Amino acid sequence: MKAKIHVYLKPGVLDPQGAAVAGALHNMGYDEVTAARQGKLIELDLTGDDADTARKRVDEMCSKLLSNPVIESYSIELE
Amino acid sequence: MKSAVIVFPGSNCDRDAHDAIEKVTGHKPAMVWHQESDLPEGTEFIMVPGGFSYGDYLRCGAMASRSAIMPAIVAHAATGAPVLGVCNGFQILTESGLLPGALMRNAGLKFVCEKAKLKVENANTRFTSHYEGGAELIVPIAHHDGNYFADADTLDRIEGEGQVVFRYGNNPNGSARDIAGITNEQGNVMGMMPHPERAVDANHGGTDGLKLFESLLGSA
Repeated sequence: MKAKIHVYLKPGVLDPQGAAVAGALHNMGYDEVTAARQGKLIELDLTGDDADTARKRVDEMCSKLLSNPVIESYSIELE
Repeated sequence: MKSAVIVFPGSNCDRDAHDAIEKVTGHKPAMVWHQESDLPEGTEFIMVPGGFSYGDYLRCGAMASRSAIMPAIVAHAATGAPVLGVCNGFQILTESGLLPGALMRNAGLKFVCEKAKLKVENANTRFTSHYEGGAELIVPIAHHDGNYFADADTLDRIEGEGQVVFRYGNNPNGSARDIAGITNEQGNVMGMMPHPERAVDANHGGTDGLKLFESLLGSA
C-alpha cells in the first residue's frame, strides 16, 4: 500500500517561499496568479493491506513527526 | 553546576557551547550523543546547541526533537532544571513542545549571518539576571529559519507572562513582534536564535553573551 501525505501551511501562516513563487510567475507574465502556497508531498510505502489500520497509523505519523501542528495541516491519501 | 551539551549529527556549535560553559564554570560539560537515552548522573544544566541537525530535512529540528535523548531532556526540564537551546537548539525545543511557537524560513528567504542588535526585554530570568533590563547587546546570528511564529493569542500570552526575553533591534528575519528569544511558562527553558556562546571572548569580537552564562551558571 502507498500513502500520499500532503502537508500544507495553515491559512494565515506567512509563506515567504510561496510569495516568491507567485512573484516569479508574475514576472513571467502569468498575471492570473493571485497567490501561491508551497507545501510538501511525502510518499510512504507500507506493508499490510488493512486501509483503516494504515490510515490510523499514518495519521499518527503525521501528528508525531511529518507535520508541525503549530504551523501546518495535512491530508492523507491511500492507494 | 554540572552541565551537558547534546550533540546531534549536524550540530556545529557544540564545541563553542562547550568552551563557553567551561570558561564560565571552570568545568568541562559532558558531551552527550543524541542516541543516548540517559543524561549523565547529576546533570543540572542542558544546552542544546546550534547547527543543522539532520541537514534541516523535513523541518529544522524535527528529526532531532524525536531522537532517543529527548524524553530524558523533557523529563529533566519538567523538574525545573535549566535548559537552553540556541539556534537549531531553539528549533529543536519548539519542535519538541518544550517552547511555544515555531521557527520558519526567514521572511527575506536569505540566510542571515551578521551581528544582531538585541534588547534584553526581561532581565528577571535565571538566564538574564546579570544584565540590566532594556540593555542593548550585540550577539551574532547565523540562520536561514529564524522567523519566529506563533498565533496572536500565544504571542499575547507569552508577552503578558514576561516570556519574551530578547527582541531584535533591527528584525533580520521577519520574527513576530521582533522576538529573538523566549522562555517557557515556568522560566526554566529558554530558546534563542542569536548565539551567546559566540560572544564570550574578546577574540570573538565581543563579549555580550558572557553574562547569560554567568547568570545561569552562577559565577562571574
